[in-house]
Amino acid sequence: MENSKETGIKKLLENIKKLKSSMAASYIREGKPESDMSRAAVMFNNFFLHFQGVKTHLNTLRPTYTFGLGLIALFLLVFTTISGFLLMIYYNPSIEHAYNTVKDIRYVVFGGDLTRNIHKWAGEGMLIFVILHMARVLYTGSYKRGREFNWVIGIVLLSLTFVLNFTGYLLPWDQLSYWALVIGSNIAQSPKEITDILGITKFFDIGGFQKELLLGGTIPGKETLTRVYFLHIMLLPLFLFTFLGAHFWRVRKDGGLTKPDDFVPSISPEKMGGIFTTHKTYGLMALARGKTPAVDRDVENTVLSWPHLLRAETAVFMLTLAGVLIYSYFVSAPLKELAAPLIPENPAKAPWYFLGLQELVSYSAFMGGIALPSLALLGLGLIPYLDREQDHVGVWFSSRQGLYVTITSFIVGTAVLIGILVIVINFGWFRNWWPDVPQVLITLVNPGTIWVAFTIAWSVLVINRTDSTRMGALALFTLFLLSFLILTYVGTELRGPNWEFYWSRSQWPVH
Amino acid sequence: MSGETQGKRKFSRRDFLGLATIWAAVISGFTVLAGVFRMTKANVYYEDSKKFKIGKPEEFPIGTVKQLDEKRVFIFASNDGLHAITSVCTHLGCIVAATDWGFQCPCHGSQFNSDGKVIAGPAPRPLPWLEVSRHVDGNLMVDASKEVKPGTKVKIYL
Ligand code: HEM
Ligand code: FES
Repeated sequence: MENSKETGIKKLLENIKKLKSSMAASYIREGKPESDMSRAAVMFNNFFLHFQGVKTHLNTLRPTYTFGLGLIALFLLVFTTISGFLLMIYYNPSIEHAYNTVKDIRYVVFGGDLTRNIHKWAGEGMLIFVILHMARVLYTGSYKRGREFNWVIGIVLLSLTFVLNFTGYLLPWDQLSYWALVIGSNIAQSPKEITDILGITKFFDIGGFQKELLLGGTIPGKETLTRVYFLHIMLLPLFLFTFLGAHFWRVRKDGGLTKPDDFVPSISPEKMGGIFTTHKTYGLMALARGKTPAVDRDVENTVLSWPHLLRAETAVFMLTLAGVLIYSYFVSAPLKELAAPLIPENPAKAPWYFLGLQELVSYSAFMGGIALPSLALLGLGLIPYLDREQDHVGVWFSSRQGLYVTITSFIVGTAVLIGILVIVINFGWFRNWWPDVPQVLITLVNPGTIWVAFTIAWSVLVINRTDSTRMGALALFTLFLLSFLILTYVGTELRGPNWEFYWSRSQWPVH
Repeated sequence: MSGETQGKRKFSRRDFLGLATIWAAVISGFTVLAGVFRMTKANVYYEDSKKFKIGKPEEFPIGTVKQLDEKRVFIFASNDGLHAITSVCTHLGCIVAATDWGFQCPCHGSQFNSDGKVIAGPAPRPLPWLEVSRHVDGNLMVDASKEVKPGTKVKIYL
């Protein structure tokens, strides 16, 4: 007994002495990253790094291939998440206090204004970069060769990003929040336009159901804020992170990023160090079914992810952080007056990224608010299934012809869309011409539906002319991007009080 | 597979139990889901009653045009009687403003004539006329949940 007690204490002291090195060894399990072997092992064994391959293809590292757009979106998400946690310390989701706590965050809390700006701008930045990332994926044909499903996951992520931004600006309970809720909930109710026409609203009021589900009542009130808060801080982030996990998992399982079939590196992989032929650690990964970077062709053109990929990622991270900080330091996130349920602003405008939709909604609530956006998401989601050509993957615009189709679609689309808008703005629409026109006709035939019909017709025409579905995909997506741009511009800059047309804000009447 | 044991019976007990389990799971899943969605709709809302008093007839002399902000209605009194029109735009719910010629919505430019009929913009329906009645205590009442035919006026001047 005596003996073992002594040795026990001794052992303990010994362990305490070695504490530093033994703890370090448990954390840095593969040894210091001094050899290719240990660097590879870190990538493989560390939970946070294993989302990436041990080796990375040189094409993936080309800045002009991905422009780091997906990564930027991811880092922006990280910033919104952290700043969101901080905002939650003060924000109070009740209609009595919400507005005042946001004001406190702005004017009283140390660093509150900056935190709020970071949250707002990183969130809106996500929208921009998710859309740009989607464009990169589309124009490089990266939705092909097993990546069809990941594209669909991407569409879900895109929708979630929009809805998260929407629920976010409802929280301060200012004029913007309140009237966005009125308009948003009535858009949710707008299938009534259709059920009314069919005369089935009494039995099947899907619109009314959706509205009350969002509002927890028939007008925005305290129940509404509770629901919106729950959506914004719990349910939607949960979905977003879950789908994002699946997104990254699929990128890995689908064999890493796309690359051109005839890839020729501009620098020799040997020069970048660690060509990694002596230690065959990727033997293990060959066991995994499906494609992995290691079993893909073209192993010669890969380099170790540590340090090459990680270094590039860190650079993107630092640039993103710098951009968000600088922008948030100089530009304050807006906050309007306290919600006034009886006095809508004039014009009552949503934030910029919804103003394209608001323009469509000003033609028909159901079409602009529900049918056309759903159709757009559906169309985007179907692209990889309607275009199954498997060549020219990993090349921007696929070919010269692809570039030509993209540019032509852009020019023709711009002309047509602006033409439609000029007609609406100058001459109005059916109701201005025939005051008694039935509502069905306006719902079905309005500038929005005509434009969408044109985009479909144009894409089919392109497919017919080029005998290539890939060209059709390029045309369709280009028209989609362009409608987002132009309609957003019109809604933001050219619409004034009573949603009337003005060349600039300075011409708005003052009352 | 199951055909081996008994030629005629395509469906083994195991298959049956398997299918039954799956269907039971699916059906109970949907039932729970229906319950969950039903739960989101409370039986009572924290909202003002849709039916409210607007005052005695004497308060509305002929020619009155009154906007009751809180109640989201306009009250008009003319020779033919009194009527109430909602101030909630039928497009997406903004509050319309009364003008010389009718009503103008600030949000997406819907315009209505003085009877509430849509004359421009995206509003799919005319502004509803609301039921006006007389309460036993002599007050006039408006029921915002009951629409009446446009043109229906309540005679209040004898
Ligand atoms: C929250 C939003 C999103 C995040 C954070 C995200 C992040 C990423 C990242 C980091 C990559 C690695 C390559 C790169 O940076 O380009 C990637 C790849 C990919 N993403 Fe996303 N993404 C998002 C939304 C989307 C959307 C909206 C789409 C398309 C509809 C999409 C489709 C894809 C596809 C197909 C790949 C594989 C590309 C390839 O193999 O070259 N993602 N994503
Ligand atoms: S809410 Fe009145 S026009 Fe849209």
